[in-house]
Amino acid sequence: MVSEKKIALRNAEKYNPIKIDEYIKLGGYKNAQKALKMNPVDIVDLVIDARLRGRGGAGFSAGQKKKYTSEAICDRCIQKYIICNADEGEPGTFKDRVIMEQDPHILLEGMIIGAHAIGATKGFIYVRGEYTDSIYILGIAIEQAKQKGFLGKNIFNSGFDFDIELKLGAGSYLCGEELTLLESLEGKRGYPRIKPPFPAEKGLFGMPTLINNVETFAHIPYIIEYGADHYRTMGTENSPGTKIFTISGDVNKPGYYEVAMGTTLRELVYELAGGIKNNKKFKAAVLGGAAGTFVDETVLDTQMGFDTLKEKGAVLGSGAIMVMSEDRSIFDMTHSILKFFKHESCGKCVPCRIGTAQLMQLMKQTKENGTDRKVLLDQLLSEAEYMAKTSLCPLGQSPIMPIKSLKQYFENQF
Amino acid sequence: MDKSAIISKFEPQKDNMLNILHELQNSNPQNFLTTEDLKLVANYLNTTYSSVYGVVKYYSMFSVEPRGKYLIRICKSPLCNMVGDKSVLNDIKENIGIGIGETTDDLMFSVEASECLGHCAEAPVMMINEGVYKNLDSKKIKDIFQNIKLNHKNTD
Repeated sequence: MVSEKKIALRNAEKYNPIKIDEYIKLGGYKNAQKALKMNPVDIVDLVIDARLRGRGGAGFSAGQKKKYTSEAICDRCIQKYIICNADEGEPGTFKDRVIMEQDPHILLEGMIIGAHAIGATKGFIYVRGEYTDSIYILGIAIEQAKQKGFLGKNIFNSGFDFDIELKLGAGSYLCGEELTLLESLEGKRGYPRIKPPFPAEKGLFGMPTLINNVETFAHIPYIIEYGADHYRTMGTENSPGTKIFTISGDVNKPGYYEVAMGTTLRELVYELAGGIKNNKKFKAAVLGGAAGTFVDETVLDTQMGFDTLKEKGAVLGSGAIMVMSEDRSIFDMTHSILKFFKHESCGKCVPCRIGTAQLMQLMKQTKENGTDRKVLLDQLLSEAEYMAKTSLCPLGQSPIMPIKSLKQYFENQF
Repeated sequence: MDKSAIISKFEPQKDNMLNILHELQNSNPQNFLTTEDLKLVANYLNTTYSSVYGVVKYYSMFSVEPRGKYLIRICKSPLCNMVGDKSVLNDIKENIGIGIGETTDDLMFSVEASECLGHCAEAPVMMINEGVYKNLDSKKIKDIFQNIKLNHKNTD
């Protein structure tokens, strides 16, 4: 029987999130204090050594990202920024919400450590506007941390200044993409930027900026406390540590489960989430949200990790697992996913604006005229391929993922 | 609270744009931003009216049209769609008589579709103003609206 292993959620449900003293009693903020006495370069090396990969979905090395930002040199740099991406909008994903609602201080602590590592004096948490509870709890947490002297001038009497501000999104999925998030933070429409330059070089207001996901920040205090070697004992070779999976859909116990990377899909679905509802058969799971992939039962015994899933033509993404029983229609699910992309396309670049509408049009035509669905799948694939090659940002490059996986796993059941 | 007082709580920096707009909208019982609001913000942040208008029109949580006192956001994510299908929409229509994109004549309710609200384990879900309502079914939806209508009557 697989058991949960908690890093990001290790304090969850153990304290009242609006009482900082309870967090301190659990040993909270001692890792921030420890880190502030360390050389920033050593912190960066420690995170690189731990091989922590970004938990937002892309899986880029969190240590390397820190390194680039810490080494960034520019002519008119007044300051560096550190940003927490809490604009969690990927369908099927709610891990960041759980962290923010249950343990807001681990996020603040992770950001303090990160800020010291790269030399940022100002931090922002960009949280989506719909997460009213997270906004409320984070607001209190930041206020209490300021009163304790953990944020503001000369934090922990270390001579280091660092402050965090809460910024609200307003209902745009695209703003979860890091460059678009920067535009939104600057008070503009959420249109993506062309990269390079990357945020490490030219981010918020043109300054070097580090952007990490909530869950990524929540791993940092643990790495400071126990070291990189210990961290790497969990998970797989290329994806060490733990991951929160959010399981929803046709399972008996939907919810969030933090387990070591490398846990299989079968263990997650059948052991932790209690198997398929009403003893139905497993038909498919959508891994990683809308910008994710469909998989069938042949993937059940694959280890969940960034690279292991890639070998199967699937993605880990944000850790969303939407489970579909035998009664569900793959076609309908695809329809909702493509509708989602059409709605969230910002319209800045033509391939995505026209492409997402075209994909929906193809689906509609098939529904009305009853075109051969295999033909439809090929049409979708060629359209999505062209979008992936020509779109400006990850949104237009995403529809190829679910569509390609449909071709691989569900060509005959579409 | 007076609108200028709300705005001046924030530093006059462009990165406060969305936070200011949220507070202004929340202070309006009809859940929307007026032309006057946008002008005030533009003036305060030293930018143009059109750029503030552009921002407001981009983000789906903002509105320049009056909306109901109770703003209902139905989660239309692929997962809620699969679990809840059309039943949530129908139930809401049965209770308050409107569908997505509509506002009741008495300006009590507005219904909007929202992308994933992040409560997928308790699908289907909807939000009414700041609150999240989970595991919706016909009975629950009926109770929710009955309570709101009752509360409203009592406070009138």
